[in-house]
Amino acid sequence: MLEATVEMSQKDKFLSHFGMIDFSFDKSPFKEKRKEAEDRLSNMEFPTSKTEYWKYTRVNKLIRQEYILGEQELSSEIDLGVPTENCLVFINGYYSEELSWTKSEEGIDFMPLSKAKEGNQPLADRFDQLSKKEEIFSTINSAYHQDGVFFHAKKGKLAESVYYVINISAGEKAISNPRNMVIMDEGSSAKMIFKNLSASEGYSFTNQLTEYFVGRNANLEVNKIESESDEAFLISNDECQQDESSQFKINTISLSGALLRNNLNIDLNGSHTETWMNGLSLLHGKQHVDHHTLIHHREPDCVSHELYKTIADDASTGVFNGKVYVHPIAQKTNAYQSNANMVLTDEAAVYSKPELEIYADDVKCSHGSTTGQLDEEALFYLRSRGIGQKKAIAVLLNAFLSDLVEHIGVEHLREEVQAVIDEKYSGVK
Amino acid sequence: MLKIKNLHASIEDNEILKGINLEVKPGEVHAIMGPNGSGKSTLSSVLAGRDEYEVTEGSVEFLGQDLLDMEAEDRARAGVFLAFQYPVEIPGVSNINFLKTAINEAREKKGLEPMPAKEFLSRVKEKAKLVGLEGKFNNRSVNEGFSGGEKKRNEIFQMAMLEPKLAILDETDSGLDIDALKVVADGVNKLKSPDNATIVITHYQRLLDYIIPDYVHVLSNGKIVKTGGKELALELEERGYDWIKEEAVNA
Ligand SMILES: Nc1ncnc2c1ncn2[C@@H]1O[C@H](COP(=O)(O)OP(=O)(O)OP(=O)(O)O)[C@@H](O)[C@H]1O
Ligand SMILES: [Mg+2]
Repeated sequence: MLEATVEMSQKDKFLSHFGMIDFSFDKSPFKEKRKEAEDRLSNMEFPTSKTEYWKYTRVNKLIRQEYILGEQELSSEIDLGVPTENCLVFINGYYSEELSWTKSEEGIDFMPLSKAKEGNQPLADRFDQLSKKEEIFSTINSAYHQDGVFFHAKKGKLAESVYYVINISAGEKAISNPRNMVIMDEGSSAKMIFKNLSASEGYSFTNQLTEYFVGRNANLEVNKIESESDEAFLISNDECQQDESSQFKINTISLSGALLRNNLNIDLNGSHTETWMNGLSLLHGKQHVDHHTLIHHREPDCVSHELYKTIADDASTGVFNGKVYVHPIAQKTNAYQSNANMVLTDEAAVYSKPELEIYADDVKCSHGSTTGQLDEEALFYLRSRGIGQKKAIAVLLNAFLSDLVEHIGVEHLREEVQAVIDEKYSGVK
Repeated sequence: MLKIKNLHASIEDNEILKGINLEVKPGEVHAIMGPNGSGKSTLSSVLAGRDEYEVTEGSVEFLGQDLLDMEAEDRARAGVFLAFQYPVEIPGVSNINFLKTAINEAREKKGLEPMPAKEFLSRVKEKAKLVGLEGKFNNRSVNEGFSGGEKKRNEIFQMAMLEPKLAILDETDSGLDIDALKVVADGVNKLKSPDNATIVITHYQRLLDYIIPDYVHVLSNGKIVKTGGKELALELEERGYDWIKEEAVNA
C-alpha cells in the first residue's frame, strides 16, 4: 500500500491557525479583498535570515509556535484605567461591547470595523488600499483579520474627545489579527491612542494593521503604547497617506513585550504637509524591539521630522531602520531624522541604520545616529552636588527622553508615560 | 576641619599626587598655586570623590570623618563643594530642577521634608542676585551653551545655594573678565563665615586681591613645596615657579 505523506510547510502550518474563523459576515467589497490577500499568500514566504528587511529580527521563533484563537472574553478582571469618554476595547481581535464605552460626538464615527463594514461607503472606498501587498504579515492580516476600530472625522470636525483603542491579548498562545481604519476628512483634527496590553502571562502573537488617511488640511495625532507581557509577540503595520497641507504625528512608545516589530510607512501625496515620527523604547530583559520606518516625499514643500530614542537595559536589543525617500519632483523637501540610543549594559545592543535616498537637488535633509552609554562626567557632576547615584542616573535618563515625552499631546498619557519612566529607572543599578 | 596626610593618588598607574599634607581650619582661606599639570585639579577631584583616581597612600579627615571612605554624593551632603575647572553641560536638565533635586536629596537623607517651593524660590532669587545671575539661567539646561564666564558664575551660584562647609574653587577665576571676577569674589566673600573654609586654586594673584588668603601653598609635581602668607602669591607672580622648584630640589 502506498501512503502519501505530505509535509505541511511552516507557512501552511501557521496559516492553518486561521482556518477556523468564520468570515461569512464579510460582504462585498471586503470579501473580495480577503480572497485577493489569501491568493497572494500562496506565493509568499516568511522572511529568512537573508531577507534584508528582517535582518536583525528573526521571525522563526514566532511562526514556529503553536497558537490558538483566543477567547472573546476576559476570564479575569483587568483595570483599564482610561480617563477618556471614548474607548473601544478588543479582546484577541474581537470587539468587547462590555468593556467599551463611547459618548457620541457630532461629526465623528467611532465604532468596530465589523459594524462599519455593514455599509459605510468611505470605508468601502478606502479599505486595504495602503497595506503593503508584498509584505507577508500585512497580507496575513488582510486575509484573516478579525475586528478593530473604524474612526472617521468628517469635514472640518475638530474632535473634542480623545479616542482610545485598546487591544488585549488574553490567554496563553492567543493569536489575533486586529485591523483598524482611520479616516480624517478635509480640515478635521483628532487625537487617538492605541494601546496593546496582555491580560495573561505566556506567549501570544498580535499581528495588527492600521490604515490612516489624513485628508487635506487635516491634523491627526496617534499615540501607540505597546505594553504587553514579557513573552508576547507583536507585529504592527501602520500605513499612512497624507494629502496636501495635512499634519500627522505618530508617537510609538514601546514598553514591554518579547518581540515588538513596528513597520511605519508614510506616503506624502500632497505638498506642504508636515509629519512627525517619534519613537520611545524602554527595553529590559531579553526584549527585542525593531522599528522600521519609511517616508516617501512624493511632492514638493513637505517637512518631516523623525526622532527615535531607545534605552536598552539588561540583554535587550533595539533596532532602528529609518528610510527617507525623496522623489525627483519633491523639491524644497525638509527631512530631519535623528536616532539616539543609550545602552546601559555590555549585553544590550542597538543597531541603527538611517537610509536616505534623495533624488531631488533642492532639499534639506539631515540625519544623525548616536549610541552610547551614560555620560560619566555628567553623572559625577550630579553626584558632586549631593544627588545620589541612582537618582543621578534617573535624572540623566529622564533628560534623555524628555523631548519625546513632550511630544505626547494628551496630558494624561504624558503623565502615564512619565510615571512609567520614573518607576522603571528609579532603581537602576 | 580638613586634614590631609601624606596623600598619594594615581590614575592609570601614573602617580600624580606624591604625598600631600594640608590642614584647613574653619574660617580659613587657603590658596593653592602651581604650574600646569602639577596636580591641583587632581587633588580637588580626589577630595570630591571622583572614582577614576586611586588613592594609594595617606588619609583625609573631614569634620572627623574618613572622607576617602565616602561616596561623592555623601561628601557633598557632608558639606564638601567643588567648583569645577571645567563645568559639565547636561542637556535636558534645567538648572532649577537640578538644584531642587540636589537640595531635596540632601534633605531627604537627613530625614527632612523637601524644601517648600516658596522658600526654595526665594533662596534662588537671593543667591542669583549675589552672583549677578538674577534668574537668567533658571530654565536653561545646566551649563548648556553657557559662555565660559557664565559657567563659572553658575558654579558659585550652586555653591551659594548648597551652602557648603568646605568650598574648593578650581580656577574659578580663569576666563572671567574683571567685572565677573569681582562678582565671583564678592559672592565667595559674602558666603564666608567663621564655620566654613575655602580652598582657592588659581594661577593669578589678582583673584587674591579680592579673596584674601590666610595661606598660599605651592603645589609642584604632586607635592606642596612651599607655604607662605598672601605675599607669597605676589612673589610667584613676579618670579614664576622655577626658583621654588630649585629650592625644593636643593632642600
Ligand atoms: N585621566 C588621566 N590619565 C592620565 N593622566 C592624567 C589624567 N588626568 C590627569 N592626568 C595627568 O595628571 C597630571 C596632573 O593634572 P591636573 O589636572 O591635576 O593638573 P593641574 O595642576 O590642575 O593643571 P592645570 O593648572 O593645567 O589645571 C597631568 O600631568 C595630567 O596630564
Ligand atoms: Mg587644573
